Parts: sequence; structure tokens; C-alpha cells
Amino acid sequence: MNKKIIVLLLCAVASTAAVFAQGRKAVRINEVMVQNDSNYVDDYGQYHAWIELFNSSFAPVETSCMYLTNDKNNPKMYPVPRMDVNTEIPPRQHLLFWADGEPNRGTFHISFTLTPGKENWIGLYDADGITLIDEVTIPANLPANQSYARKEDGIRNDADDAQAWEIRDGGVKYITPSSNNVIIDANEKIEMFAEHDRNGFGMTVLAMGVVFSALLILSICFRSIGKVNEKIAKRKKAESHNGPVVASDVKSTNADSGEEIAAIVMALHEHLNMHDHEDFVLTINKVKRAYSPWNSKIYSLRQTPHK
Amino acid sequence: MELFDFLSQNLADFWSFTGFANVTWEHIVMLAVGLFFIWLAIKHNFEPLLLVPIGFGILVGNIPFKIDAGLEVGIYEEGSVLNILYNGVSAGWYPPLIFLGIGAMTDFSALIANPKLMLIGAAAQFGIFGAYMVALALGFAPDQAGAIAIIGGADGPTAIFLSSKLAPNLMGAIAVSAYSYMALVPVIQPPIMKLLTTKKERVIKMKPARAVSQKEKIMFPIVGLLLTCFVVPTALPLLGMLFFGNLLRESGVTTRLAKTASNALNDIIVMLLGLTVGASTQASEFLTFDTIKIFALGFMAFIIASTSGVLFVKLFNLVLPKSKKINPLIGNAGVSAVPMSARISNNVGLQYDPSNYLLMHAMGPNVAGVIGSAVAAGALLGFLG
Repeated sequence: MNKKIIVLLLCAVASTAAVFAQGRKAVRINEVMVQNDSNYVDDYGQYHAWIELFNSSFAPVETSCMYLTNDKNNPKMYPVPRMDVNTEIPPRQHLLFWADGEPNRGTFHISFTLTPGKENWIGLYDADGITLIDEVTIPANLPANQSYARKEDGIRNDADDAQAWEIRDGGVKYITPSSNNVIIDANEKIEMFAEHDRNGFGMTVLAMGVVFSALLILSICFRSIGKVNEKIAKRKKAESHNGPVVASDVKSTNADSGEEIAAIVMALHEHLNMHDHEDFVLTINKVKRAYSPWNSKIYSLRQTPHK
Repeated sequence: MELFDFLSQNLADFWSFTGFANVTWEHIVMLAVGLFFIWLAIKHNFEPLLLVPIGFGILVGNIPFKIDAGLEVGIYEEGSVLNILYNGVSAGWYPPLIFLGIGAMTDFSALIANPKLMLIGAAAQFGIFGAYMVALALGFAPDQAGAIAIIGGADGPTAIFLSSKLAPNLMGAIAVSAYSYMALVPVIQPPIMKLLTTKKERVIKMKPARAVSQKEKIMFPIVGLLLTCFVVPTALPLLGMLFFGNLLRESGVTTRLAKTASNALNDIIVMLLGLTVGASTQASEFLTFDTIKIFALGFMAFIIASTSGVLFVKLFNLVLPKSKKINPLIGNAGVSAVPMSARISNNVGLQYDPSNYLLMHAMGPNVAGVIGSAVAAGALLGFLG
């Protein structure tokens, strides 16, 4: 019984871990502008520094109760407010926060500011205020009206995350608040096939290879399982006869064909179901017509047959 | 006079909303197609469980009405009842539920007993890729070509699942084409089978399959899921539900669930799927030159699939010992169309030897075809999705 409880608990822990991995951990700090003089205007018509978060997963993520901070010693500096439907980030979408130090202006106006000309560290913590989900250090030399953005949306470089970031000047490298850092205007896979595999031969070879290998693996696997199973069955049969496995026994086992089994089953069926040849039974049931106001129509709609 | 004006104006308004005022020749053509499907199903018993809902769906989807009135009755109008029911097709969750039912109904014993028959199911998928090449040559983009080609898998739910992902605009034509040809399998396949085999080959008697233990039957869906989905995770919605349904059936402890999945649930989804697929063939979307091309490609895909299944068995026989030769008449069953194509193998076999029952042998490649076409769909989705 205890073992069962332990196994169930382990399963529960494993499943919650999986859910967590697919949830808030998928949120990334995606793009930041420290000095905004003439770039993107907030809902009050003013220029302020901004921080863009990106949901790198394919499921919506609720950000309320997560924390944004620029102080490693104070991870709970700005809690994202609860009860605001806009704090949920749809799959592969963004959320923009204004670093204006005026949280009374609304959910997306945070309680701290970023300082131009200095390194700014920004951290994103989970609701416990302990688990660091993402962080970035904005270089001090980031010019005004330029952003520091991930090269590809939500893509991290685990060895050195700074390598995944770049400065964007708004020229060739777009500044993209509340939008994708990389603008996708075509399905690369389809373009590649259209360009390199015009007659479809490559796809045929690739996909048929996949289909054949999947079914071949399955086939080999079940051939082996079948053989092992057959051996076990033979051994069990021999054991049930209280004797060692001898060649003649094995031979007789092999001789069991489906037809013989069917014949035995049919004989047993005939023997156990001693009956006439008909496969139906005639019975005469009295038609009950208990009175009820709900079924009284029966008297008016159907006549009892007379001789 | 005022009252007369009022009445006539309202009657004119009412008239403008009726089907008579909005009917076009395209509507009439589609209504005739719907009636033809219903006639095929009732009169000739061609896959009635599919063709009756689809045929009636075509009638439902092609009742003319005033499109710009915002009546919320059309299948493509957000919020309409039909649109809500259509979500199962457009979002692709009906097909996996059908696969759950198929899994709960299917006995994989024939396949487990003779695993080499799985390769026939794989070979028959050539139909898909033959059609893919021709579709590319006809000017379809690779994703559209992939969605059309899956008709060759002879598996309606798979065709709907893949086309909803790769080419939603062609889904109506693809689904109707796939189901039409599945209904016509008894007409399409026998001539190909007879053409490609000799009289001697048609009377090959195969050894009865060995008995399969319960343990093996339970292991099959679990191992099958792990092996196939590790190779093609994109086929997970289909194969996951197929194997889950089969585990419900074989585990022996979930009989109630297996019964529900294979009866009530499956019937409900078949009704909704058939009706909404039929209704999605609105004349304005359906009657295009592309639809004709899709039907032609689907027909070709079926022929290639059946041909490659039969030829593969003949090829396979070259390396098999004499006692283990396979009757090439079961090659056609490699296309899914469960259990129709297996029945055709049996019927054609009986024509040449009344004591040669091929049904159980043909069920092996037949169910392997279901797995094969789902894997092929997963591969196409992986490459083009």
C-alpha cells in the first residue's frame, strides 16, 4: 500500500514539474530600451524606458504575481498586479512594461526606472520571489532611442546569454516594442522544399524512409517479443506437464494450428450448448396495460384484435 | 394603401432572405452532388455511415441564404451553430477522437502474429508521395501538395487532420475526395489486383497466424506508441489516440471505456465529422478548378497506393522461403480503408479458390496501413508544417 502511495506521489511531482517547465519558465525578457526620447509613446503620450517580455511557449502564460526588478537584493520590487486580464501573454506573444517609476498609472507602469549611461540589471522572478526566471544586464553604452534585444525571440544562449542579445539602432535592425524581434514573412521549410525539391523526389525518399523505418522498427520489435513470448509459453507448458522440456513436446506445441483450436472450441460449444438447431426462442408475454394518465392513449390508438 | 405598402415591403424583404432569391447554379450543382452521395449510400450501400452524413451535410451547407445579412447560419460564420460544430474539423480534434474509436475497435492480433506484414502497410504509402509529386507538377505549393497527397493514405480522419494544418482552404475538397474514394474502394481495387497478379499467385495459401497472447496485445499499443511517436512526434495526436483506444480494449480492465470509445463516442464524432465536412463544401469555396484537380489526384493516389502494395508483396515474395510466401492479393489492404480493403482481398481470393480465406491475413497490412498513413501524415507535417 505504501509503495502505491509513493509511486502516485512521484507521478504527481513529476507531472507538476512538467507543467511548471511549460509555464512561467517560458517567459523571457526580450527587448529593453533604457533612454527613450523620441521612440515609442506610452498610453499617457509620454516617452519612458520600456521592458518587453516574451512568452516563448505555445501556451498562454499568466504573469500576475511575477516580479520585475532592477535590484538583485530586492527581487520583489514590482509585483505584476493580479485581476487584470491583460497580464496573460498569449502563445509566442509579448507584454510591454513602462519603466517610469509610476505604478499608480496602471498595471504596466512599473515602480522603478532605468538609468541611462550605467549598466542596468533587470531580473524577472517567479511568484515566490526566489526563483529567477530570466535576467539581463543592459550595457552602459546603449545609446538613446536604441534598444537591447534578443537576436531571436525568446532564444537564450545557455553558455553565455549576452551572446543572444544585440543592440538595435532602428535602421537595418528594427526596434520592435510589442512585436516580434524577427519578422517572419514566409514558412522557411516550404520555401526550402519549393526551391530544392521541385519534383518532390526528395520528400518521397525522406518521408518513405521515415514511414518504413517506423514500421520496420515496430515489426522487428514485435518479432522479437513474439519469439520470447513463444519460448516462455513453451517452457510454461512443459512445466505444467511436470517434466523437463523435450524435443517431442516442443514439436507437438508447434503443431497447434488455428484450425485445430477452432475445431476444439466448436466441439466444446456444441457440447456445452445442448440445444435444438434454432437460434431463437419463441415466448408469449402478456401485454401489460397498467392504467396511467400518461399512457392512456394506448386504448384509443390501438385496437385489441378480435377473433 | 399604407398597409399594402408595409406588407409588400416586408414580403419583398422576406423574399430576399429566402433560398429561392439567393440560389445560384453552383448551389444547384452542389445540392445534386449531395443527393448523389445519399443515393450511393442508400441504394448501393457504399459506406453509408460516411456518405449519408456527408451527403446530407452537403445539402445543409448549400442551402442558399443571404450571406451579407449576418444571420449566423453559415458554417463559416463565426458563432453560428454549424461553425461551432465545425471547430472539431478546423481545429483538428475530431480525427484523433475517431482514431480513439478505431483503436478501441481494432484487433491487432493479425499484425502482431505476423509483424512482417507491417511493411506492406508502409509500402502502400507510396500512393501518397506519388500523388505529392504529381501535385507539385500541377502547380500546387508543397504544403498544399502534401495535404492533397494524403488522400492516398485512404484514411479520412488523417486526411482531415493534415489538411486542417497544411491547407485549410482545400480541406473540404480533400475530405470529400478521400471519403468518396474510400467508398469506391470495391470498384477501384479489384481490377488493379487482378491485373498485377498471376493466377498462381492468387491461390497462394498462407499459414494460419499463430495465437497471440493477451500480454502481447497489451504490449502492442504501449510499445507501438513509444516507437512510432519517438520517430514522428508530429503524429502524436493520431497515433496517441489510436494506441490509447487499443489499450482500453486489450487491457481487460477498461471494458466500459473501450465500449464507449468504439460505440457511442465514435458514432457521435462520425456524425458530426461527416455532417460538418459535407457542410464545409459551400459552392463558392468548393466549385473551383482546384477541386477537380484534387479529385483527379486523389484517384491517382488510390491507384498508386493499391499498386505499390501489391507489387511490394510480389517483390517481398522473391526473398521469402516457399512455405512463407504471401498472397499478393493482400497487398491492396496496405492502404488503410479499414476493413473494406481487407474484405476485398478476401473476396477476390475466394473467387479463385473458394477455400482460401485471406481476411485475417489482410487485416495485418490493413491496420498497418492505418499506422503507416498516420506516420506519413506526421512526416509531412514535420517537413512542411
